[in-house]
Amino acid sequence: MRIAILSDIHANREAFDAVLEAVHERGSPDELVLLGDLVGYGPDPVYVIEKAAHLMADGALCIMGNHDEAVALNLSNMTENARFAVQWTRERIAPAHLDFLARLPLSLQSEDRLYVHASAERPGKWPYIRDVDSAERCLSASDARFVFCGHTHIPAIYYALPGRRPVHFQPLDNVAAPLSDLRRHLVIAGAVGQPRDGNPAACFVLVDTQRHEVTMVRVPYDHEETARKIQAAGLPGWLGMRLKIGR
Amino acid sequence: MQRFEAGAVIDGFELVEKLPSGGMASLWRATNPRYDFPLVLKIPFLDPGGDVSVILGFEAEELIMKRLSGPHMPRFAASGSLAQVPYIAMEFVAGTGLADIVGKAPLPVDEVASIGTEIATALAALHRQKVVHLDLKPENIILAERGAVLLDFGLARHAELPDLLGAESSVPMGTAAYISPEQVLGERSDPASDLFALGCLLYQLATGEEPFGRPATFAGMKRRLYHAPRSPRDINEAIPRWLEAIILRCMDVDRTRRYVEAAHVLSDLSNPDQVVVARRKPRDEGGWAAITRLFRKTDDRALVGRPTSSRTQAGPSIVLAAVDLANGSDALAGEVLSETARVLASRADSWLACVTVLKTEIIGETPATDESGRSVYLKRLVALKDWAHPLHLPEDRISYHVLEAVSPADAILNYAEHNDVGHIVVGARASSAIRRHLGSVSTKVVAQALCSVSVVRLKAVEEQGRQVERNSASEPRTVDEDQ
Repeated sequence: MRIAILSDIHANREAFDAVLEAVHERGSPDELVLLGDLVGYGPDPVYVIEKAAHLMADGALCIMGNHDEAVALNLSNMTENARFAVQWTRERIAPAHLDFLARLPLSLQSEDRLYVHASAERPGKWPYIRDVDSAERCLSASDARFVFCGHTHIPAIYYALPGRRPVHFQPLDNVAAPLSDLRRHLVIAGAVGQPRDGNPAACFVLVDTQRHEVTMVRVPYDHEETARKIQAAGLPGWLGMRLKIGR
Repeated sequence: MQRFEAGAVIDGFELVEKLPSGGMASLWRATNPRYDFPLVLKIPFLDPGGDVSVILGFEAEELIMKRLSGPHMPRFAASGSLAQVPYIAMEFVAGTGLADIVGKAPLPVDEVASIGTEIATALAALHRQKVVHLDLKPENIILAERGAVLLDFGLARHAELPDLLGAESSVPMGTAAYISPEQVLGERSDPASDLFALGCLLYQLATGEEPFGRPATFAGMKRRLYHAPRSPRDINEAIPRWLEAIILRCMDVDRTRRYVEAAHVLSDLSNPDQVVVARRKPRDEGGWAAITRLFRKTDDRALVGRPTSSRTQAGPSIVLAAVDLANGSDALAGEVLSETARVLASRADSWLACVTVLKTEIIGETPATDESGRSVYLKRLVALKDWAHPLHLPEDRISYHVLEAVSPADAILNYAEHNDVGHIVVGARASSAIRRHLGSVSTKVVAQALCSVSVVRLKAVEEQGRQVERNSASEPRTVDEDQ
């Protein structure tokens, strides 16, 4: 079984389209997952929401991210740039789009895989998994063999044996990392629409259960164009700049 | 825990005969009609509640063996899931175990060098595949007809895979007699660690003694950071200085002074006359020096130096510059020199093999045998050294080779392959009708080299190019000499 997981699209149309094309170039996956944060930061929320709805109608899974929640519920407990983008987004999308975001679930389970945007530990509180401790708390909040999260925009894999501390691994771009028969795994997907690991190329996760492999696939896209649109839309300049440097 | 008897079948593998093995796994000769090579099954001992390192070692070995290829590793056949019956099925490699040979040490020098060459070749092949063995010892090396074959990747590390084994353990992993100082400190990613173990093996083969014994404690293993073993020639006077120099350079605690790549060890073992034998200063240790040393706080990490990966990734380790000096050092030779300097500059510890070919007309005729031939050879060697002089390389970074051959291209290719050269720089004369017809040295080198090749050509204005073409058409003898 092949699974493609797209996290943190953040209203970045160019990255989203490039990634979807790359996904289908590799043959249609058996499961397509949108792992939250469809909107926020980027200039194309309507396009991304409608595309997501379309993919869901074709069977894709989609869960809620903190930016989706903030836009849907008009929350303001975020950093300045994020807050600004939330308001900007709310002014540009229709009630039906808001409704779509509000109805997204916090997590979904499919066979032995749990999909949740931030962490299985108190998903609605949106904690960040940036170290072994938070990874351990996430894994102990679920009994799924595979937990997939996003939210940090930095790819990582944590391997866990029962009763032992998880082992952190920073997967290499486009190099398959092994999945173990014996272990549980927490996979943190890199971001489609706003990578922060120093590589501006969009990132999505490809899982192959037969081959016992997971790959962080990198897809270069026209981030100059996205940055230009961010500028033109009157969104904060840093949101365009960070797409160029991948931070 | 499951016990297996001969005749049992696991996933289509029929167990035939139990082989002697260590404490981590049982080994079985096995058959399976699906594979056309002799098989052995390695089945880990997985007692419930047993040592978790057995599982971790099995996991690491399976992940790494699957990804390895080539003659210096057993072929991987299949593996069984840890969740069901765990096993690794691989090729049974026939040959002589180094463990059987090491008992007969000290061995004659040429035998030590030839075994060292085999192991260095295998290590170079392994390191090229981004794997460090980290447990090189006589029990894990088989000398087969096809060369040395390395076994047991249970402690090995793949640069692109998570180190699940290392992350779980805080104790040094390896074999006390051969473990490198940086492994003792917990580092598990440097190919130079295997070269340290190779040095220990060569030491043992040459002297009949293990350099550090077999310390059972952490403190005992750590001694090798501070105390050098007896020098090989103290134990066995028959060991030549060049071999001692190679062994001690493998075993240098400081990785900035150790060999960085197996290819370099290989090259030194096959070119003993080029090994730089450093005159080692006797340690000036008055009473005061000994006392200050006692109180000086040394950082263990500083002793073992920085990991070698920063250097190995910068550029090729061994550069071969092939230069045609038949008509003296001409403009093309100068251009080859400039390009060589650029390639060498990418890496601070790269090493240059200067090669020039003395053409012989027929096979068997060796011009160096008689007096006049000898002088031709020496003249060319002097010319070669003079050519390379502007590079100002220290003598341990450069070697000179006047090869006598019918075909310069074959001589260059042969040298490059046997010394694991990483980059060849070769000159090409301007194109001519005859050269196009017969093919040139550079064309053949480019077509057949196993590494990158820079072809250097003089930038000529069109008029000159035509002139050269006319000249070379009238002098067919120079056709092949565009090395």
